[in-house]
Amino acid sequence: MALLTALPILAVFGYVFVPAPEVWQHLRETVLTDYLLNTLWLVLGVGFGVLLLGLPAAWLNSMCEFPGRRFFEWALLLPMAMPAYIIAYTYTGMLDFSGPVQTLLRELTGWGYGDYYFPNVRSLGGAITMLSLVLFPYVYLLARAAFLEQSICVLEVSRTLGSNQWQSFFRVALPLARPAIITGLSLALMETLADFGTVQYFGVSTFTTGIFRTWFGLGDHAAASQLAALLMGFVFMLILLERWSRSRARYHHTSSKYSSIPKFRLRGWTAVAAVLACALPLLLGFVIPVGQLLHWSIKAASKGLDSDFINLVWHSLMLASLAAVFALLLALILGYGKRLNNDPLVNIAARIAAMGYAIPGTVIAIGVLIPFAWADTQLNHLSKQFFDSNVGLLLSGTLFTLLFAYNVRFLAVSLQTVEAGLGKIKPTLDNAGRSLGLSPLGVLQRLHLPLMKGSLLTAILLVFVDVLKELPATLILRPFNFNTLAVRAYELASDERLADAGLPSLMIVAAGIIPVILLSRSISKSRAGEH
Amino acid sequence: MFKQIALSLLVASSATPALADGEVNVYSARKEQLIKPLFDKFTAATGIKVNLVTGKDDALLERLKLEGENTPADLLMTADAGRLYRAVEMELTQPVESATLKKDIPENLRDPANQWFGLTSRARPIFYVKDKVKPEELSTYEDLADPKWKGRICVRSSDNIYNQSMLGSMIAVNGAEKAQAWADGLVKNFARPPEGGDRDQIKAAAAGQCDIAISNTYYYGQMLTGEEAEDKAAAEKVAIFWPNQAEGDRGTHINISGAAVTKTAKNKDNAVKLMEFLVNDESQQWYAEANQEYPVKAGIAPSAMLKGWGEFKADSLNLSELGKHNAEAVKIMDKAGWK
Repeated sequence: MALLTALPILAVFGYVFVPAPEVWQHLRETVLTDYLLNTLWLVLGVGFGVLLLGLPAAWLNSMCEFPGRRFFEWALLLPMAMPAYIIAYTYTGMLDFSGPVQTLLRELTGWGYGDYYFPNVRSLGGAITMLSLVLFPYVYLLARAAFLEQSICVLEVSRTLGSNQWQSFFRVALPLARPAIITGLSLALMETLADFGTVQYFGVSTFTTGIFRTWFGLGDHAAASQLAALLMGFVFMLILLERWSRSRARYHHTSSKYSSIPKFRLRGWTAVAAVLACALPLLLGFVIPVGQLLHWSIKAASKGLDSDFINLVWHSLMLASLAAVFALLLALILGYGKRLNNDPLVNIAARIAAMGYAIPGTVIAIGVLIPFAWADTQLNHLSKQFFDSNVGLLLSGTLFTLLFAYNVRFLAVSLQTVEAGLGKIKPTLDNAGRSLGLSPLGVLQRLHLPLMKGSLLTAILLVFVDVLKELPATLILRPFNFNTLAVRAYELASDERLADAGLPSLMIVAAGIIPVILLSRSISKSRAGEH
Repeated sequence: MFKQIALSLLVASSATPALADGEVNVYSARKEQLIKPLFDKFTAATGIKVNLVTGKDDALLERLKLEGENTPADLLMTADAGRLYRAVEMELTQPVESATLKKDIPENLRDPANQWFGLTSRARPIFYVKDKVKPEELSTYEDLADPKWKGRICVRSSDNIYNQSMLGSMIAVNGAEKAQAWADGLVKNFARPPEGGDRDQIKAAAAGQCDIAISNTYYYGQMLTGEEAEDKAAAEKVAIFWPNQAEGDRGTHINISGAAVTKTAKNKDNAVKLMEFLVNDESQQWYAEANQEYPVKAGIAPSAMLKGWGEFKADSLNLSELGKHNAEAVKIMDKAGWK
C-alpha cells in the first residue's frame, strides 16, 4: 500500500540516474545558488513566522481567559482556508507600487518613485510573510490540541513543586507538547517547500520553480528530477528532525484522571497583549484579504455567478470530501500496520509515501501519470489481444487518478495526525484488549477509533481543506469538462484578471471555513476532562 | 453521505467522454473563458460536442506524451507558437491538409509541414510613458540594451513564455552571441527586478516606476476596455511604440495562439472542422472584440481599438523558430541574470 503511493515519487526519480552534466554545469554557474539560498531562507523564515504567530496564540487560548477568547479559539484557524497563492494576489493588489495604498501615500505626500521606502510585497520577505500568515494555524492547531490534552495533573505537580506560570510553561507544557508542535511545524514547512503559486507569482526562484523551469523550460527531465532529489534532501532533514524530537521519549498519558483546568484570567495590559497576539494574525491572515476578495467579488459578481459556478463549487466539494475519506482510510491502514508490526521496511515505505506533501503538485501529477499511463497501455494491449478492441484510458484522465494524486500529496497530513493520535494510546491498552479476546482489527475498532475520534476528524478536515486549495495536480490530471474553484481562480488570476478571480477565491475560502469551524469545535471538546 | 458521494463520483467519471462520433476532445492551454464561447457556437452550428480540459501548455504536452496512443485528445491548443513547435518535436501531432486553413492563415503563422496553425495573433511592442519619453527616442528592441535606458525599463520574469519567445526570435535573427549581449544590456537597464504580469509592467510605468514597459497588446487593450478605473487610467498614461519598423528591418515581434491535431486523434475530421471554424470571419472578429487580439486571417476588420493603435509591420519570421531556440533563450536569460 505504501509502495503504491510511493510509486509516483519513485517514477519521477527514475530519471535521477540519467546523467545531465551540461545542464548541471549551466545550473551551477547561474541559478543554483539562488535556488538554494532562497529555499533555505524561505524555510527558516516561515518556520520562525509560524512559531511566532502560532505558539503564543495556542498557549493563550488553551490556558488563559481573556476578552474574546471564545471567538479567537476557532477564528484563529480561519487563515487555513486561505490558499497561499490567493493571499498573495490580494496583498499584491493592495500594496503594489501601483496599488491603492501606495498611490494614496503618494497623493497625500507628493512623493514619487524612489522618494520613500516601502517594503516590496513581491519579494522573498513577502513570500515568507504570506506563507506564515496562512500556515501558522498548523502550529496553532496541533500545539493547542496538545496543550489541551495534557493532563492537568502534570501542570499541577509542576506548580506544587514551585514553578511559576512561566516556568511550568517552559519546563513542562512546552516540552510535553513538542512532538505536536514539531508535527505542525513540519507540515507548515513541507507545504512551504511544495509551494509553487506564491513564489512564482512573486518571482522568487526556489527549488520548486527551478524544477518546473528545468523540466519544461530547459526540457531536461534528468536534471529536473535531480533537483527534486535535492529538495527531498531538505524534506528528509525535516522528517529526521521530527523523528529526533520524539526519539528520546514516549508521550503517553500516565494517568486517566483528569480534572478541568481553571483558566488563568488575564487582566489589564496582559489581556490587551493577549487580544493583540490573537487579533493580529487573524486580521492579517484572514480579515483583510477576505475584505479585498469581497470587494473584488462585488465588483465582478455580475459576470462570475451562473450555473457554471455552482458546478464548480459542487466539483470542488465532492473531490475534497472523497479525497479526505480515502486519505484517512489509507492513513489508518498504514499507521495501524506500523503499530502492529514495527518492521523497519514498513516504516521506511510509510516515510517515503508521506514525502509527497513536500513535493510540488506538478511533480506528483507527472509521477502519477507515468505509471498510470503505462498501466493503461498494458491494459489496451491485453484487450487488443483477447477482444480485439481498445478500451481507451481506464485510469489516467479519470477522477480516480486525481484522487490518487491527492492521496500521494496529502497522505502525510492524515498519516501524521493518525500516528499522533495512536501514539498517545498506551500499548498496554492494546495488550489488554487482545488478552480479552479482541482481534487486532477489533482493537482498532473498539478501542482506538473511539479514543482518537478527535485526531481522525482532524485528519479528514485537514485533507479536505488542502484538496480544496490544491491547484497544480488538479490542473494537470482532471478529466474533460471538469473544473474546480481553484482552477477557475487560477485561470483568471494568471490572465491578470484579479478582480474576476475574487469570486471563486472567496468561495474556496468560504467552503473551507465550515470544516475549519467543525475542526475547532471537535478539538475544544476533546479536552481531557471536559465533555 | 459517503454512498451519495461515491455514487456521484461514478456518475461523474462515466461522464468522461466516450469516443463517440459527433464529439471532439480538446486539450487547451488557452484559458476556458477565451475559447468556450466559440466552442459553444461551433456546437450550435454543427451539432458536434466539444469536450475540454484546460491547463498549462507544458503540462498538457507531458500528459499527451504519457497517454501515448490511448489519449482521448484530438486537438491541442496553445497560446504560444514555441509550444506547438515542441509538440511537433515530441511527435505528438500530425499534418493536416485543409484548403481553408492554408488559404486563410498566412504562411509564417503556420507550420511549414502543416503540423500546426495559428488562430489569433498578438504583438509584443514597447509601451512608453507619454510624459517622459518621446517616440523619436525609440527605435528597435535592440536599442533597449543601450545605457541611455538605464533604470528605466520594466519587463516581467524570464519564466514567462512570451519573453522566452521574444528572445528566441532575436536568436533566430541576430544569433546567440548578439542575443546574449542584448540580454546582458537589457538586464542592466531594468528599473526593478522582474515581477508581476504584463499588465503590471504597464501599471508600474504609469505609476512612475519606469519609463518603458514591454507587454502584449491584448493586455493593454483589456486595460483600456475593462471595468477597472485604475487599470484604464494607467493604460491611458502610456502609448504603443511599434519597434523595428525601419526599411529592411524585421518588424515588431508577434506570437500566436494556435492548434494542432494530435497524432492519434480519433475524431480528426471534427478537429479539423473546429480549427476551420475558428478562422472563419465571425470567430476571428469575436477574438478581436472579446480579447483585443489580431485576426490571423487577412481582410478581417480588427476592432476599432486595434485600428486606433495604427498599422505596423509584423515580424515575418516563421514562428517555428521561436520553439527551436527556446531552451537556448532560457539559458541566455539565466546567464544574463534575468530573473
